[in-house]
Amino acid sequence: MPDLGKYADAVLSSYALSLLLVFALVGWAVMRSRKTRAALAEVEERMKGRG
Amino acid sequence: MSIWQYANPKKFMDTTGPLLPWIGGASLLCIVTGLVWGFFFTPDDYRQGSTVKIIYLHVPSALMAINAWFMMLVASLIWLIRRHHVSALAAKAAAPVGATMTVIALLTGAIWGQPMWGTWWAWDPRLTSFLVLFLFYLGYMALWAAIENDDTAADLTSILCLVGSVFAVLSRYAVNFWNQGLHQGASLSLDKEENVADVFYYPLLVSIAGFVLLFIFLVFLGTHTEIRARRMRALLARERMV
Repeated sequence: MPDLGKYADAVLSSYALSLLLVFALVGWAVMRSRKTRAALAEVEERMKGRG
Repeated sequence: MSIWQYANPKKFMDTTGPLLPWIGGASLLCIVTGLVWGFFFTPDDYRQGSTVKIIYLHVPSALMAINAWFMMLVASLIWLIRRHHVSALAAKAAAPVGATMTVIALLTGAIWGQPMWGTWWAWDPRLTSFLVLFLFYLGYMALWAAIENDDTAADLTSILCLVGSVFAVLSRYAVNFWNQGLHQGASLSLDKEENVADVFYYPLLVSIAGFVLLFIFLVFLGTHTEIRARRMRALLARERMV
């Protein structure tokens, strides 16, 4: 760990907040993609079942 | 062979789908490399001290905040002129990414500004235009969510995107337009005298590449999701009619 001196709080909080936001964004996008894919597959299956 | 063939949703998904893991992986690799290199293996700046390490997050996120809006502008123009649904859906998918990048740029800028400028916030031209750009992102997403008809939503959000482009341009060039305020000029320049020192420059470039790839990854993924959601709505509407 590098010596961040008196600005350690500023630097570490910048990294923590930014990475948290990036992870949240990626997580949300992947979850939404999976949910939509599953929901579409279910609707397509239902439609196919009805002919 | 024409670029417009990718306006076909199936062609777009078939082409970009296999690329997604590669783009995502390359993005992760570049971001981790850029941030680890910048955080652990670069020296402190003689004036800014260790706060210079914030540059590896602030500059890439600010660049993407502005360029995401320009990508949305191009996609919106394609929708308005040629009525290709994929372009409207790609613009819709880019908005949350751009908004998040804007928040990161604003937050890291404020955290850096407090020790360096002595204040978290100033009504400086660049900071203010960035805040307005963020509000435009929120308005753009709210408009998409508020209108049920997809084509009407695409029309209205495209117009909003054209208007908001003024603030995207202002965010980029505010420092040049108004030679006042706290925010310094661009960190990256083709002029070697004005550019950041090489020791900070190379990890910054890697980090920027990572953020660009992350943006492409998320826009492709989001566009796939929007195409599927649109197809699902169409199927459900057909089901209700039967």
